[in-house]
Amino acid sequence: MKLSKVVLTVATAALMTTAACGSGSGNSPLDTSSSSSSGSGGGSGGITVGSADFPESQLLAEIYAGALQAKGVQVNKKLNIGAREAYIPALQDGSIDLIPEYTGVLTQYFNKQAKATDSEGVYTELKASLPAKLEVLDKSAAEDKDAVVMTKKKADELGAKSIADLKGKSKDLVFGGPPEWKTRPTGLPGLKKLYGLEFKSFRALDAGGPLTVAALKNGQIDAGDLFTTDPNIAKNDFVVLEDPQHLFAAQNVVPLITKAKDTDTITTALNAVSAKLDTQTLAALLTEVVVDKKDASAVAKEFLTKNGLA
Amino acid sequence: MIAGIIDWLGDPAHWAGDDGIPHRLLEHLWYSGLSLLVAALIAVPVGLAIGHTGRGRFFVVNLAGAARAIPSLGLLFLMVLWLFPKLGGDAAFLVPNLIVLIVLAIPPIMAGAYAGVEGVDPAARDAAKGMGMTGMGVLRKVELPCALPLVFSGLRSAALQVVATATIGAIAGLGGLGRFLIDGLHVNDYSQMAGGALLIALLALVVDAAFALVQRYAVSPGLSGRFRTRPEPGDQPMDVEMSVGQHRVG
Repeated sequence: MKLSKVVLTVATAALMTTAACGSGSGNSPLDTSSSSSSGSGGGSGGITVGSADFPESQLLAEIYAGALQAKGVQVNKKLNIGAREAYIPALQDGSIDLIPEYTGVLTQYFNKQAKATDSEGVYTELKASLPAKLEVLDKSAAEDKDAVVMTKKKADELGAKSIADLKGKSKDLVFGGPPEWKTRPTGLPGLKKLYGLEFKSFRALDAGGPLTVAALKNGQIDAGDLFTTDPNIAKNDFVVLEDPQHLFAAQNVVPLITKAKDTDTITTALNAVSAKLDTQTLAALLTEVVVDKKDASAVAKEFLTKNGLA
Repeated sequence: MIAGIIDWLGDPAHWAGDDGIPHRLLEHLWYSGLSLLVAALIAVPVGLAIGHTGRGRFFVVNLAGAARAIPSLGLLFLMVLWLFPKLGGDAAFLVPNLIVLIVLAIPPIMAGAYAGVEGVDPAARDAAKGMGMTGMGVLRKVELPCALPLVFSGLRSAALQVVATATIGAIAGLGGLGRFLIDGLHVNDYSQMAGGALLIALLALVVDAAFALVQRYAVSPGLSGRFRTRPEPGDQPMDVEMSVGQHRVG
C-alpha cells in the first residue's frame, strides 16, 4: 500500500492545509456543526457512526449505519476521520459513538502485552482490555489481516495450501513484502520461527499495495504479503496460504461502541450484520467500492437488502 | 542521536551481506553511474550541437527547463505503474528508476554543454575557421576543449542530483543506500535513517571530488591554469593559449 500511502499522504497534507485555512468555518470531520447528515448529534438519542480513513472502514461504517437506520435508529455519519490515534479519543469524548474495528489491532492499541493470536483468544483479550466506557459487540467472521499469498499456478506447482507446506521449498523462493517485514516479528523472523522458513531473498516492496500485486503477477516474487480482503486476490487468481500456527493475529471485524449509547435495538441490529459478514463477502463488497468505484453507501445498502437486514 | 548513528555505522553486522553498507553502496554507485552515463550520451552531443549550430536552441532549452520541473517521485510511480507489467525480472525495478534519474540528469548536462560551446570566444572560432578547419573540426578541436569546464560543471551538478535522488528507488523495491532510509523509516529506526543519509551525503561529496579531479586533468592546461607559469620570453604559443583561456574563464 506504499504507493497509495504516499499519494494519501500528499492528499492528506493538501487536505490539512485546506482544513487549516477553513478551520474557522468548521471543516474538521469531528466538528459537529459541519455534519451533513440529518439527525441530531451525539448528545440526544441518535448515534454517530465514525470510520477510519480507508475504504474498507468507510464501507463497514455505511453498513452499520444502514442496518441501524433500518431499525429506526437516528444515525449521524462522521466518516473518514483518520487513524486509530484520532478516532479512539473521539469515541471517548463523545464526538462519535460507534466505529468498525479489528480485534487484533484494537487489542494491541489498549494492551501492548496482548498475546493471543486465534480469533476467540484475541476477542476475549480485547473485551478485557477495553476502557470502561467502551464495549465491542459480536465479532464477525470477516478478517482483514496480513497473509502469505502466491499465484495459484505457483502454489499448485509447489503443492502448497498452507504456509507450513513451503517448508523445504522456501530456499528457492523470493518473498516480497513491506520493508518492515525484514525485521518485524510478524514478518520474516516469524515465518522462520513458527514455520522454519528461510527464503532465497527478500524484496522490500509496499504493504499489500500495487507493487506487491504487480511483482507477484509478473513473477518477480514467488510469495508476498497482501491483506486478506484485498480485491486483487480474487481478481488475479492468487491464493491465500493458511496460517495454522497463527503467525498473524486474528483481525475480526467488530463494532466498537460507547456503552452509554448502546441499546438492545442497536446490539441486535449490529450483531445481525456481523453474523452475515465473512472475509469473502467483505472482499467482494470492497471490490465494488475500490475497483468498480461504486458509492460505499450504495454497496452497503445492496448488501443489507440482500441479507434481509434493511 | 549522534551516538546512535555512530553505533549503527560501527556495527560490523551492518557492513556484511546483501543488506550491508558496501553492497548497498555499490548498488547506489551502479544506478547513479549508469544513469549518468546514459544521460551524458544523450545530453552532451545534443548540447554541443545546439551550441555549435545555434539551431533548436529555443525549443530544446525550454524543454530541458520544463523537464527540471518534473517531480522525480511522481515520475517514478508513473514509470513503475506503466513499465512494471511490461518488464520481467530485475529490470522491472531497475528501468523505471533509471528513467527517472536520466530525466533528472539531462537538463544540467545539456545546459553545461551548450552554454560552454556558445561561450567560446568568437575570435578563437574565427581563427580556427581561418586555418581551414571544417565545422566538425572547429567543434572537436576548439569549441569542445574550450567548453570543457562548463561541460564538467554540468556533469558535476547532474551527478550530485543523481546520487541524492537515487535514494528514492528504494521506495519502489530497488536497493542502494536509500534502503537504509526507507527501511529505517518503516521501523522507526532513526539511527539507521540518519546513518544512511550521512552515507549518501558523503558519497555525493566524494563523487563530486572525483569529478573535480578528472576535470583538473581533462581540461586543457591553458584553460584550467593548472600549470600556470610565468611566460618566458619567446614562449609565444603558450602565451597565446593562456590569453584565450583567461578570456574564457575570467
